[in-house]
This record gives sequence, structure tokens and C-alpha cells, in this order.
Amino acid sequence: MKAKELLFKPILDDNPIGLQILGICSALAVTSSLNVTLVMCIALTTVTAFSNFFVSLVRNHAPGSIRIIVQMTIIASLVIVVDQVLKAVAYDLSKQLSVFVGLIITNCIVMGRAEAFAMKNPPIPSFLDGIGNGLGYSFFLIILGVIRELFGSGKLLGFEILPLATEGGWYISNGLLLLPPSAFFLIGLIIWGIRAFKPAQVEHDEFKIAHNSTKTAEVL
Amino acid sequence: MSSRDSIAKTLTVATLLCVVCSVIVSTAAVLLKPAQIANKELDFKRNILSAAGLLDPASTVEKQFENIVVKMVDLETGKFSTAVSPDGYDQTKAAKEPSTSEALPKADDIAKVRRVEDYAKVYIAQTDSGKKVVVLPVRGYGLWGTLYGFLAVEGDMNTVVGLGFYDHKETPGLGGEVDNPRWKALWEGKKLFNPDGSIAISVIKGSVDTSVKGSEYKVDGLSGATLTTKGVHNLIQFWLGEDGYGPFIANMKKGKA
Repeated sequence: MKAKELLFKPILDDNPIGLQILGICSALAVTSSLNVTLVMCIALTTVTAFSNFFVSLVRNHAPGSIRIIVQMTIIASLVIVVDQVLKAVAYDLSKQLSVFVGLIITNCIVMGRAEAFAMKNPPIPSFLDGIGNGLGYSFFLIILGVIRELFGSGKLLGFEILPLATEGGWYISNGLLLLPPSAFFLIGLIIWGIRAFKPAQVEHDEFKIAHNSTKTAEVL
Repeated sequence: MSSRDSIAKTLTVATLLCVVCSVIVSTAAVLLKPAQIANKELDFKRNILSAAGLLDPASTVEKQFENIVVKMVDLETGKFSTAVSPDGYDQTKAAKEPSTSEALPKADDIAKVRRVEDYAKVYIAQTDSGKKVVVLPVRGYGLWGTLYGFLAVEGDMNTVVGLGFYDHKETPGLGGEVDNPRWKALWEGKKLFNPDGSIAISVIKGSVDTSVKGSEYKVDGLSGATLTTKGVHNLIQFWLGEDGYGPFIANMKKGKA
């Protein structure tokens, strides 16, 4: 695969959140302000890229029986390093992100890419695939962050855009957008948008739901 | 079975991987430690300033902190003490050492602090308008762990200037709302004691009706965080009481601390 394809395909064509529906947990939790969202995006992209790179480096040596643990160890080490760096250079943000940096370890995107891509491909394409999927995740998160912060608290990156009615302005903020469930609605709407634009992503039913008993079916 | 699936290979790979990863993780931890400690101290000072309502984002924290007087208080007598130097005194650490703290009987330990240190480090500041603000370190158990924070009171030792926590393990979004500026702002101007000197402040469930008499003694609880709210209530009760700053506050009111 070409580098360009590896980098940009996960943004619209194969989005980890939009198509693979992975990494929803942190997408709900950290998107109430754009600032925190951006740091989370950078952290996750870094971790995915490097974990793919290192997993790919050891892929020919990792015994099949412990390959998941090998991946986990690499991912966990990287996350700890990222967490330590954040605590050292961006203390306030790391306090706001609290547990979610540590939870990158369990983010399905990181592990999913390591298992699905890095175990089968050479290091450089794996690294690019990691960045690409990180970008796909960031694409979703940034949209959520912008909408939620702008309409939830009238600000962007902490700067006032819509003056709030409670502070003498005219905008009455939407409190729901500051709560995690709002991200669910937004993600649903974005997925709808993407699939309307790219109908190839629409999934077909894997099975048909049967009636409760054969009798009712006969009646009908 | 290929050679990479043999037991020897599995063990070698696992050991090597662990060694390499632990070296990387510990190197990062050791190298970044000084920066993290500096950040923590800065955050600690920022929280003191913020509880006292003195934090000015335009100036550096270090510079603003120069105007604050740090004093040691003997918690038993409630008087200022020079027996221990405030420089390098870690109150949290002192509360854990048997030589510098005392165990609390369970019945008195409403905030679940277990041990109370002999000396507390208090911070005395002057606002621009010349008002005196006393910042008292407080702590107590919430839902998941101990909340560490500061209670700032005016010179009358009765009016609250602010309350803030710099370290806690409460659930983000629920108990973690103790960090919410809007909730913290509710504390400003509340009164701690009845005119007869008994502790009156309480954190209640739901919101306070400000039109009713006595609302200056009540603060809204956090919705969805009953246990955190209870923890905050208990820790305030505890630190204002006899085992906490009670004697010190009484002395300060008489002007004889």
C-alpha cells in the first residue's frame, strides 16, 4: 500500500471510530473542551504510531502464544512514557486528562492496529498506519470537541466566541453538550453523514431477526 | 512447531522484552522526575493562592507567593510555634510518621484521616485591599481516596474566602466536580461558626435556598456524588473541630495565637 493511502484512508474511508466503531470510550470522555481533546489526539496518535512500529519490529520474533502480551507490554510502556512526559511538560492538562491517558492502554484502536496491521507488515508502513489511524481518531475527536465546547460553553480553546447569557451575553448554552452522552448523539450523526456520502460503508444485516415462535409467523 | 514457538524462545523473548521496556520506562521516570516535582510544587502554591482568591494569571506564581507568610501552628495548643521550621516541612509526610503525629481514636476520626500531625503549616496572606486571609491545609476521605486541599478564611476566622482541592481521586465528572470553579465559588462568603462559636457550616444534599435564614451556613452538595459531598462535609467539620484547627481558630479570634 502507498504511504498516502496508509495515512489518509483511515480518515474518511476506514475511520476507526466511524467505521470500525473503536475507541468510543475516550471519545465521549475527553471531548468537552477542545484543548484537552487536542492533547488526547496527539497522545493517542503517538502511542499508536510507535506501538505499531515496535510491534512490527519484533513481529518475526514474537512467539504466537504470547504475542498479545508482547503487544500489551509495548503499548503499556509507551503509554507510561507519554503520561510521564505530560506530567513533566503539561501538568495542568495531564491533571484534566486524569485517567484517560492511562486508559489509552485499553483503547481498542491501539491494540487493534497492532494485531491487525503491525503483526503482518514491515515497520515503516506500520508506523504510517498508526499515524493514519491516529489522524482518523483525531478527525472525529476534533469535530466533537469543537461542537461540544462551542455550543456547550460558548468558547473555543478557552476563548469566548459566543457570549453566554449567564455572563451578560446572549447565548444560552446547551448543558447537554458538556455531558458525555451528547458525544454519542454527535458520533451517530457524523456516522450517518459519512455513510450517506459513502454508501459503501453501510453494513448489511448479518442475520434476520426471526419471529418469537413459528406459530405467530404462520398466523402472519 | 517452528523455532519461534519453542519454550526457550518464548522465555527469551519475554525476558528481553521486559528488560528493554522496564529500562525505557524507568529512564523516562527518573529523567522527568525533577520537572514533575517542580510542577507539583508550583501547582501546590497555585492552589494556595487560588483558595485565598489571590491568583493573578498575569503574574508568575512564584512572585505572588513571595507575599505570603508561612507559619507553623502547634495543633494541640493552637499557637504559632517556632519549634519546627516551615522550610521543607511536608505536612502530609509528617501526618504519617509516628514521631511527628498522633493516632486518632476511631470515634473522633470523622474525616478518616487516621493520624493528625503535631504541627500544621498555615499560610497568611494580605489581599490588595489590606484584608488578612489565612489558608489552612485540610484533608479527608472522599469516595475513592483522600482529598487534599486548602480552606481559606478571612482574618475573623469565620468568613470563607475559598476552598479548593489540589489532589483527589474522585470520579471525573461526578465527585471530580469538586474542582468545578462554579461549585468552588459557592463557598465564598459562607460563615463557618454560629455566633456562640459552634461549627455551623454544612454541605447539604441538593441546592441551598438563599432566601431562607441560615443559608450562609449551607453549601450545595454535588449531584451524583453523595459520598464525595459527605467526605467534604466531614473533613470541614473535622478540621474546624477540637482535633483540627479548633484551638488555633479560637486563639486567632482572641488575637492570642
